[in-house]
Amino acid sequence: MIGADGVSFAYGDTLVLDGARVTAGPGRVVGLIGPNGSGKTTLLRTLYGALAPRAGLVTLDQTPVGELKPRDLARRLAVVVQEGSGELPLTVTETVLLGRTPHLSTFQRHDRSDYRIAAAALARVGARHLAGRVFAGLSGGEKQRVLIARALAQQADHLLLDEPTNHLDIRYQHEVLQLVSRLDVTTVVVLHDLNLAARYCDELVLLDGGRVAAAGTPDDVLRAEVLEPVYRIGVQRIDTGDGVQLLFRPLDSVPEGAPV
Amino acid sequence: MSLTDTLVLDEDDDLGQVAQRRRTALWIGGLSAGLLVTVVLAVGIGAVGISPGTVGRIVGHHTLGSPDAITWTQAEDSIVWQVRLPRVLLGVVVGAALAVCGVALQAMVRNLLADPYLLGVTSGASTGAAAAILFGLGAGLGENALSASAFVGALAASAAVFVVARAGGRITSLRLLMAGVAVGYALYAATSFLIFASDSAEGARSVLFWLLGSLGLARWGLPLAIVVVVVTLTLAALLLWSRRLDALAIGDETARTLGVPPTRFRIQLLIVVSLCVGAVVAASGGIGFVGLVIPHVARRFVGAAHGRVVPVAALIGAIFLVWADVAARTVLEPRELPIGIITALVGAPFLLILVRRFHAAGA
Repeated sequence: MIGADGVSFAYGDTLVLDGARVTAGPGRVVGLIGPNGSGKTTLLRTLYGALAPRAGLVTLDQTPVGELKPRDLARRLAVVVQEGSGELPLTVTETVLLGRTPHLSTFQRHDRSDYRIAAAALARVGARHLAGRVFAGLSGGEKQRVLIARALAQQADHLLLDEPTNHLDIRYQHEVLQLVSRLDVTTVVVLHDLNLAARYCDELVLLDGGRVAAAGTPDDVLRAEVLEPVYRIGVQRIDTGDGVQLLFRPLDSVPEGAPV
Repeated sequence: MSLTDTLVLDEDDDLGQVAQRRRTALWIGGLSAGLLVTVVLAVGIGAVGISPGTVGRIVGHHTLGSPDAITWTQAEDSIVWQVRLPRVLLGVVVGAALAVCGVALQAMVRNLLADPYLLGVTSGASTGAAAAILFGLGAGLGENALSASAFVGALAASAAVFVVARAGGRITSLRLLMAGVAVGYALYAATSFLIFASDSAEGARSVLFWLLGSLGLARWGLPLAIVVVVVTLTLAALLLWSRRLDALAIGDETARTLGVPPTRFRIQLLIVVSLCVGAVVAASGGIGFVGLVIPHVARRFVGAAHGRVVPVAALIGAIFLVWADVAARTVLEPRELPIGIITALVGAPFLLILVRRFHAAGA
C-alpha cells in the first residue's frame, strides 16, 4: 500500500499541491487525472521521494517514504518516468539489468540469476527480441515496454508510472496499460486520457489546482458534472456494456438545449 | 505480491551476457598484454636504443633481484631505470587516469564532448604553475614547487566550480558545465596576466611548455608515488560505481528511482575526479584530447556500459599516452616536443572520424 495524505508542495511561492491525498491499496491500479498543471506529476514525485512535501505524509506500507534509504525504497517501489535516454548507446539488456541495481551491493556484480530475471522481464512485456538493440534507437512503444521490463526486474511490489502512454499510438496505449493492469501490483499511474483511465484503473483521483476535486471509482469520478468545471469542456458520457466512454466538445460550441 | 511473482524464469536465458563477459575479459587480457609490450618497447626506444631483452633484464634485476649477473653497461642501467622507466610509468598512469576521468565526466554531465578539464582543473593548475615558474611561488618546496603549486591551483579551481555549480543546493549537469567554463576563463585570464606581468620570455616559454604537457618531470620519488596511488584508487572507485554511472548517464530521475541519489553521487564523483585530475595535471601538465577521445574509442570496442568501458578505456589511454610520449621525445630528437601537440594531432582527426561514424549510425 502506498499513500499520500494532506500533501502540500510549492515551487518557490507557487503552491502546486494543496493538501492532496491518494491511496493505492494492495494490487489496486489508481489513476491520477486532471488538467495540465493540476499537480499530477508533482504528487507522483512526492510518492517516490523525489520531492519532499512541505506538509503532509507519504507512506509506503505505513513507513514514511522519507525515512527509507534510497536503495530500500527502490527495492519496494519501481518507477517509470518520462526521461530522455541520455547520449550513451546503452543496450536494452543493459537498461533492464539496471533494474537489478537496488538488489546488488557496491561490490557485487550481476550474476546469472540477474540475467535470468532481466530476460524474463523482457519476455513478460513481449520485448525479449529487442534485447540486443540500442535503447535510444527504439520506437516510443518499444521504449515504454522496456522501461516497464526494467521496473519488473526491480522486483518491487509497488509501481508508479508518469504518463506511460505519451507519444504512443492508440494500439500501444492500450497494450501498455493492459500490461500494467494485469501485473497485479499496487500501481499509481498518471494519465491524460480519461477514456484510458476509465478502462484500466480501479480507482481515480481527479486533481484540480493541487487539490483533490474528486476520488473514487471511474464510475463515480467520470461524470459530466464532476469533470466539466475542472476541465472547462463539455462532457458527454456513454455507458457502454463494459464501462464508460466520454465524448468532449468545447463549451462555447455547445448548442442551446443539447444534452451534455 | 511482488512484480517477479508473475515472471517465468528461463534457466537457460542469460541474454547473451555470459558470452559478453567472456568477450570483455578477452579485450582486457589482450590490452593488458599490449600494455606490457608497450612499456618494454617504449623504455627501449630513444636516443640510445636498448633491446627489449636488456630492458627486461635491467628491470628484473632492480625489482626481483634476478638476474644477478650484470650483462649491460652502467649507462644503459641508468637510462632504463633512472630516466625512462619512471617516465613510461607516469605515462601509463596519466593516460589511464585521463581516460577514465573523461568517461566519468561524460556520464556525469551527460555530454559526450566533456573532458577531464571541464571542471576548470587545468586552468587552475596552469595558474598555479605560472605563479611558481614566473614568480617563484612555493620556492621553499624545492624541486616539487611546480607540482605542488599546480596541484593547489587545480583543487582551488575545482572547489570554485563546485561552489558556483552548487548554488541552490542541487548540482545539475548544465550548471556544472557553465560553472566549469566560467571558472576556466577567469583563470585563463589570470594565467595570461601573470605571463604578461612577468616580462620573462624564458619563463613564459616554460609556462607554455608546461601547459601543453610533458612527462619529462618523471622520476622515482614521492610525487610519482602519490600519482600512482591516487589514480589506482580512482580506478577502483569508478569500477565499483560502474552501475551508478550507467544510471546517472541516463538521467537524474532514473538514477534516483534505482536507489542512486543523483546529487550525492555527483558530489562523490566530483571529489574523486578533481583529486585525480589535479594530481595528474600537477605531474604532467595539461595533456589534451586523451580524456575526450579515448572514452569514445573504448565504447566502440565494448559498448557503453561502464563496467566494461572503465577498464578498457584505462588500458587504451595508458597505451596511447606512452606511444604519444615516445613520439614526443623522438620526432625532433634531440629536442623534445610537448606531448599535448602529439595527442591533439592524433586525437583531432580521430574525433572527426568518430563524429562521422556517429552520423552514419544515426546516433
